[in-house]
Amino acid sequence: MDTTKDIVVKAEPYVVNFGPAHPSTHGVFRMRMTLDGEVIVDMEPVFGYLHRGIEKLAEERTYTGVIPLTDRLDYLASMTNNLAYVLAVEKLAGISVPERAEYLRVVMAELQRIASHLIAVGSFLQDCGAFMTPLVYMLREREKILDLFEMVCGQRLTYNYMRVGGVSQDIPEEFMPALEKFVKEMPGWIDEYDRLLKENEILLARAKGVGILPKELAINASASGPVLRASGVEWDIRRADPYSIYDRFEFDIPTGSVGDCYDRYRVRVEEMRQSLRILKQAMEQLPEGEVISDVPHLVRPPIGEAYGHIEGPKGELGFYLVSDNSIAPYRFHVRAPTFINLTALRDMMRGWKIADAIIIFGSIDICMGEVDR
Amino acid sequence: MAMAVLPPDWPGGYWTHWVVFTVIIIAFVLLMFMAFVWIERRAMAIMQARLGPNRAGPFGLLQPVADGLKVMLKEDIVPTKGDKLVHWLAPVVAVVPVLMIFAVVPFQGGALLADLNIGILYVVAISSVSVVGIFMAGWASNSKYSLLGAMRSVAAVVSYEIPVVLSIVGVVLLAGSLSMQQIVLAQDIPFILVQPLGFLLFFTGALAEINRAPFDLMEADSEIVAGFHIEYSGMKFALFYLVEYGEALAISAIATTLFLSGWRGPLLPPWLWFLVKVILVFFVIVWIRTTVPRLRIDQLMALAWKFLFPLALINLLITAVEILAWPEVSLWVFVPVNFAVMIVLVLLWSKFFKLGWGKVEV
Repeated sequence: MDTTKDIVVKAEPYVVNFGPAHPSTHGVFRMRMTLDGEVIVDMEPVFGYLHRGIEKLAEERTYTGVIPLTDRLDYLASMTNNLAYVLAVEKLAGISVPERAEYLRVVMAELQRIASHLIAVGSFLQDCGAFMTPLVYMLREREKILDLFEMVCGQRLTYNYMRVGGVSQDIPEEFMPALEKFVKEMPGWIDEYDRLLKENEILLARAKGVGILPKELAINASASGPVLRASGVEWDIRRADPYSIYDRFEFDIPTGSVGDCYDRYRVRVEEMRQSLRILKQAMEQLPEGEVISDVPHLVRPPIGEAYGHIEGPKGELGFYLVSDNSIAPYRFHVRAPTFINLTALRDMMRGWKIADAIIIFGSIDICMGEVDR
Repeated sequence: MAMAVLPPDWPGGYWTHWVVFTVIIIAFVLLMFMAFVWIERRAMAIMQARLGPNRAGPFGLLQPVADGLKVMLKEDIVPTKGDKLVHWLAPVVAVVPVLMIFAVVPFQGGALLADLNIGILYVVAISSVSVVGIFMAGWASNSKYSLLGAMRSVAAVVSYEIPVVLSIVGVVLLAGSLSMQQIVLAQDIPFILVQPLGFLLFFTGALAEINRAPFDLMEADSEIVAGFHIEYSGMKFALFYLVEYGEALAISAIATTLFLSGWRGPLLPPWLWFLVKVILVFFVIVWIRTTVPRLRIDQLMALAWKFLFPLALINLLITAVEILAWPEVSLWVFVPVNFAVMIVLVLLWSKFFKLGWGKVEV
């Protein structure tokens, strides 16, 4: 009798709940993991803990009144949320935007992209176990962006800055010098983050080859943003379907090669550099003039539907609006990038260990405010 | 236990000596525990562009006291389905060995509770008892998170014990004695110079054994939250906190004694030298914690068995050959030789050694 076969001890899989209250779930996400020892056999995402019914609430508000609600979707990127929504309304009602407002929108959107990526990269490295240092360094720079936002709209988190037909107010005098200083200094800080951990042996061992999202799967799962680009797909709405005035700027689309956690981390860092390039060009070209066109207080778009989408920091952020010619949207739907990026989470996680699950999840960069809405 | 001969300059009989030193050692450990908490938090804050605790007392020096008071006033919660006796016993089992280590640590010439002739062996033996307490805590909490943390801890401690002990043997060979005091006296050159590879292995292994970054998997806060002590609160939690820093203190003290010539040094009084060196070692531990990410459990095991273990064996072999073949040669001759050997070996191993990818087909 061959006894060697019987010696193999197979432990019984067991279920562990990660979240909703867990420091690494970036909010109130919950993963029901079936583990075999430390290995993830199966994973089932559970969400809805932060559901506030924003899509339904929006149907009760005027078109302008919805803007503060979009702030509260992805609260780490309120500016881009505003932008995507007002683009949809402008498309629906056929409203034009003054030149200066277009430039201000681009400036704010790119600053917001940097701020969001700083949080994404910082918390990803924190998830890898680099105890707080990278995160605090990146928060330090994000703080400067928040100062800029505070100058233009008085808020540091929920900006409510964009309006249908422009932006709510012009920038104050002190804004441009501060922005110039920031754009000049930021590349040095990005280099500092890279010096800190880019080539770190432990980070490479932890993130390289971990949580691979193959190109085909990424496309099939409708992933977008840095997650898709890290898998090697050169897809950026700013290039693929230019909105606002993005066709006037020169920038590269950084892509990864494998689609692992390390690529996603690198793509984000490179995107920060590209955003700075766009900022530089926008600052040079910024024209004088009005910042908001003549829009009635209550917008009444004609009956119809419109879909406005932008390349948000986390992926393709889209707003689908249906109008019945009243002052409130008849239907308001959000295409939340992080929610859709989570589709492939199970396939990325299976077979890896708990520690990997945390960094795979962290590398997707989700915001529960947007996932649950 | 064979209580060794009393140091000649110490007054009083056997029991006076015993009582006085026990009190001094416990006071020392508790004081250093508070100092370490403060040093870690402040040093880490400075490295991270923060301020750190600065409200309680001057420079936040009283912060550990405030923390201690807070923790003592907290409710002590035992999980309903937990094992109550084991849950209560675990912190005690974990704390006692840590305090016992300091019985043989020489604070200065002659100042130690017992100069055991098997001092370092005693340290190695007693320091691995703590893990029993940690496993008890993980088991008694009846929580999957704490069990995972406890399992990781046991795996790490059992694996890293071997390279640590092997690198200690190199020092023992050089000193020709297991007594901590004799090892200090033998270090006319700090052994870190004669045994650079040994120190590297010892320090890496020790970091893993006391579960400090980058090997802090057992309480990885971003993965299993707090690991084995997730279900502990109040004074029991404080005891585990004490274990953590007590072990860090013990490792710093042992590294100082074995490799940094203990209390010896010019000008300053010996006990101050000892303190300075201990704090310096601890500072390096904190520095590492703020800098590097964490390893994964399989990478941790791979590092122990594929990297540290073979290097420790080679280091031991080289040391033994050097001592046997050239007993008359001054140790200074071996300093450059051993540094060269270390660099070659570490480079060679890092070229062929991969931390591993770790995907499992399911």
